[in-house]
Amino acid sequence: MSAPTQVLFDAPGPKARRNNVLISIASALLLAALVAYIVWKFYDAGQLEADKWTPFTYTIIQNVLLRGLLATLQVAAVATVLALIVGVVFALLRLSSRRYISIPATIVLEFFRGIPVLLLIFAVFYIGGRGVGPFWAVVIGLTLYNGMVIAEIIRAGVLSVPKGQKEAAMAIGLRPGQVMSIVLMPQALRVMMPTIVAQLVVLLKDSALGYLVTYRDLLAEVNNIGRDYQNLLPTFIIGAAIYILVNMLVAGFARYLERRLQRTRA
Amino acid sequence: MDIFDLSGLFLSGAWGTLRLFLLALVGSLALGTLLAAMRVSPTPVLRGAAATYVTVVRNTPLTLVMFFCAFGLPILDIQFASDRGLNSFFYASLALSAYTACFVAETLRSGIAAIPVGQAEAARAIGLSFRQTLSLIVLPQAFRTVIPPLGSVVIAMLKNTSIASAFNNRELISAMRSGIEIRGDMVITILIATALIYLVLALGLGRIFDLLERKLVILR
Repeated sequence: MSAPTQVLFDAPGPKARRNNVLISIASALLLAALVAYIVWKFYDAGQLEADKWTPFTYTIIQNVLLRGLLATLQVAAVATVLALIVGVVFALLRLSSRRYISIPATIVLEFFRGIPVLLLIFAVFYIGGRGVGPFWAVVIGLTLYNGMVIAEIIRAGVLSVPKGQKEAAMAIGLRPGQVMSIVLMPQALRVMMPTIVAQLVVLLKDSALGYLVTYRDLLAEVNNIGRDYQNLLPTFIIGAAIYILVNMLVAGFARYLERRLQRTRA
Repeated sequence: MDIFDLSGLFLSGAWGTLRLFLLALVGSLALGTLLAAMRVSPTPVLRGAAATYVTVVRNTPLTLVMFFCAFGLPILDIQFASDRGLNSFFYASLALSAYTACFVAETLRSGIAAIPVGQAEAARAIGLSFRQTLSLIVLPQAFRTVIPPLGSVVIAMLKNTSIASAFNNRELISAMRSGIEIRGDMVITILIATALIYLVLALGLGRIFDLLERKLVILR
């Protein structure tokens, strides 16, 4: 956030500085007006009254929200583990030197990457019937899509490892499987870890789709509480804050990994 | 209900998806460009506001954004049309635009960063103001540079239109669900048909962006 902005405008002189202050004040007022309008809309609709917000002090409600968060994290955690496995497997299939393995793998990968996650989830839901249930429908849908994306990330990582690594590994007599598993794959995973974690944020966000197939996740609990206590908007705000917080934590972890990687490389 | 009725159902569904996609495309590009411009502007207030918006909305699941638009805005008495279906359509387009704009803005910002410093310096040297530098020199080049990543953002948005099905919109997924309800014996066929329509739409979009890339992208 430094290079482009510094060249787009000069170091301000006295006139520009005064203009800047004026524009700052004007835009601040404009933004404040926007915020005030939203708050007034909330107030006008009676959403700021105390009795809309008091339910959140009840332990029952807090527990229900917590249970929803746990359900969301549960689905995301299981899908993460499976997606990583699917990702490694499909990366290996696509990297295979045998065309009759790599070409079908590519077709399957492009298919699952090209259709909406929601369609995948519904497909599992309809095909699996009652035996599968919403939890596994969401998990399988998220796994298929994100697994394919992670496979592409890992493949790019393996291809980015310098050629000499593979040649040296083969020269000391490692078998192709060993070259991949003890030389190429560890390096690829290390380089691509920030990108993979960033993709896991996408997975976590997409887990909210579970609400659409009646999985009782955080969004579903927000909806239930909101309908029961007639305070949908306040509940929504609390729920959204929880989602954003969790996602920002994971995204922050991805950035931390990236920084650490840059440090060790330099 | 025979195959012809089903394909009619799917055609109207595909049209619903396209309609949603086109309006959200215009909305997200406009809002995204505005956000990107705010993020590089000399006014700290605007920079901070745009950064906050992008950080918050980017970390919110689209389902939540749509949930807010579909169920929250009516409570706040914000409505766009008297017709219920049309109103849901505008809510969904608004949610998609507001969500996708973040990714458009981030992509554009990386494009702005990729433009050689000399361009902006030269623009300033001949006396262009910030707004002129940005709108005449920097943004046109930034757009042309980011066509490939912008393509994936737009294709992701096409797939995201599917979420609107849960909020009273008629598009492909809702067509698929009513199709399955009517013809329970053709579940697999209907699922595969829906997937194929999405794939065709996504591939078509990909082709368009490939063409644009070949015509417009500036190689550096």
